[in-house]
Amino acid sequence: MYGYNGKLLRINLREKTVKTEDLDLEKAKKYIGGRGLGTKILMEEVDPKVDPLSPENKLIFMTGPLTGTPTPTGGRYMAITKSPLTGTVACSNSGGHWGAELKYAGYDGIVFEEKADSPVYISIENDTVEVKDASELWGKTVSETTEALLEKSPEKSKVLTIGPAGEKLSKIAAIMNDKDRAAGRSGVGAVMGSKNLKAIVVRGTNKVNVYDSDKLKAVFSDSLKKIKENGVTGEGLPTYGTAVLVNIINENGVLPTNNFQKAQFDKADDISGETLAEKYLVKREACHRCPIGCGRYCKVDDIEGGGPEYETLWAFGSDCGVSDLKSVIKANYWCNELGLDTISAGATIAAAMELYEKGYVKDDELDGLSLEFGNGEAVVEWTKKMGRREGFGDKLAEGSYRLAEMYGVPELSMSVKKQELPAYDPRGIQGHGLQYATSNRGGCHVRGYMISPEILGEPEKLDRFSLEGKTEWAKTFQDITASIDSLGLCLFTSFALGAEDYGELYNAVCGTDYTGETILEAGERIWNLERIFNLRAGIDPKEDKLPKRLLKDPIPEGPSKGWTHKLDELLPKYYEARGWDKNGIPTEERLEKLGIDDEGLAEPACE
Amino acid sequence: MKIEVRLFATLRKGRGKKVYIEEDEGLTPKDIIDQLKIDEKDVSILLVNGRDGKLDTVLKDGDIVSLFPPVGGG
Ligand code: SF4
Repeated sequence: MYGYNGKLLRINLREKTVKTEDLDLEKAKKYIGGRGLGTKILMEEVDPKVDPLSPENKLIFMTGPLTGTPTPTGGRYMAITKSPLTGTVACSNSGGHWGAELKYAGYDGIVFEEKADSPVYISIENDTVEVKDASELWGKTVSETTEALLEKSPEKSKVLTIGPAGEKLSKIAAIMNDKDRAAGRSGVGAVMGSKNLKAIVVRGTNKVNVYDSDKLKAVFSDSLKKIKENGVTGEGLPTYGTAVLVNIINENGVLPTNNFQKAQFDKADDISGETLAEKYLVKREACHRCPIGCGRYCKVDDIEGGGPEYETLWAFGSDCGVSDLKSVIKANYWCNELGLDTISAGATIAAAMELYEKGYVKDDELDGLSLEFGNGEAVVEWTKKMGRREGFGDKLAEGSYRLAEMYGVPELSMSVKKQELPAYDPRGIQGHGLQYATSNRGGCHVRGYMISPEILGEPEKLDRFSLEGKTEWAKTFQDITASIDSLGLCLFTSFALGAEDYGELYNAVCGTDYTGETILEAGERIWNLERIFNLRAGIDPKEDKLPKRLLKDPIPEGPSKGWTHKLDELLPKYYEARGWDKNGIPTEERLEKLGIDDEGLAEPACE
Repeated sequence: MKIEVRLFATLRKGRGKKVYIEEDEGLTPKDIIDQLKIDEKDVSILLVNGRDGKLDTVLKDGDIVSLFPPVGGG
């Protein structure tokens, strides 16, 4: 067995039983692992119409075949389930060290079923897997839980946990590992909380077998060289992390400000990566086997911890009109401690601020705390209240869409499929906007990072306003990303590596015979499988859209002034490029070509 | 004419955040980069008034030139 361990853990939380199952290797190689294989298992075992927070939903942790192997960034895992935020398939990816440790313990993944009748955690030490009482951990923050578990576990154990937000079923709750790495998006933390599952601590001492270690050495040093020589992965990300984007995106006039009411922030430099590095950065951090090391570790007043990332600087910064970097770092800290997705949390506060500005939310709900754009200290307090569902924070915990809906104005939520959009205004980045509208997990930038060609010029510079060729680009980016996620590598490697490189790494580790072309095809297969899940879950293709503001209201000022997003023109071409019909339903022909016709998935899933 | 040059990330070292350049007509971003002793290969993103610029674009009075080294992330 190479790359894969060939073993899955199946844990029934109601019965408190643990079973080890053989992995179907043929299926694994077809869907690669991680995101692809996890979705395949979810599809086979869970009715897509299931209530995401009911015991019938399952929570799957899956590593990739390259997780835990000597490959650059080979350390990632994914949490796959049905999302309580979007109702779509959820797949949230995280780095750190937990995923590799699970692999060293001898497993490719874990499938959680049902719900425990009281809080539990799982302890894994190689073959010994136990369901243990977690009543003393319930209510504790992420760092408290992590420390408590590390104390009573074997040395070098790794901890994955939810915080109070997940326990309280916040629809924007994250799953945290190694204290400050997050499988952040789509409310996966709430699914874990709904199962009364607080944490998983794991220690493994096995090695992952490699098919051809000589070849791997060669492929590894080749890809490492590319990563080191590439300006972004060799220099930009290591020096400034993702935070450096604040100024670039702002200079282009596409930095969403005050809940996307504007696209340029006059105080962007105050919350930029440059200012962060100058004032608060303590050290860099890297995930398992990562030669890039984009992680930041900051200290401000009496708190310190991992982050903030670009997305977080934006969400709590310009999107809330906040220029006080100290407050942004604190809000990030509380998201990590309480287990909240920083993008959705910040963007939800921004939406609440607009609701307040427009008079929908009134002072009598707010217990004296300000909800005005620009108030950094209040943003920190709202983050804490959101994580614990206190006062008006209870409404915030539902995410921006449900919040705005409560006041009868869902259009003030800047979200797609109810998931908050990240830090790029698509009106000035047309391909990226198409990507937002069609992402299989709703508003998301890492299903196909079109910022790379449209702003950063990698692998080549595209005109960000032009529609020309954007559908093909978006499709290719989406497909390759699905494969990278499934392999267990970090998406950031893609600034330097291409589909062939991934195929070579996969082949050296697993003895497969993937090529650049079949890597892309596997990604397309995964993309279509996710689409089918969503259609069966009842997500109408009409939901492939953007908030009205971004389609109708031109950007009011700055370098992207006057632009709206041209989704109407792009979407039909995108469906065509995907080989879907004009209503956005995968055609039998395309599914057959991708080899997903044999599994009873081809019948129209949505009438 | 007067051009505002905005510098970012590593390009700020020893140069500051903002530089104003006053010159007769015909100035290009290439001239600015040379004047500031920036290696051409260290500039990966070049914007003129927030739009993609070229090294040989002829600048007008009041233009804003933004220069970035290779950077990225999500
Ligand atoms: S590039 Fe950053 S996020 Fe990716 S594996 Fe490395 S440190 Fe982690």
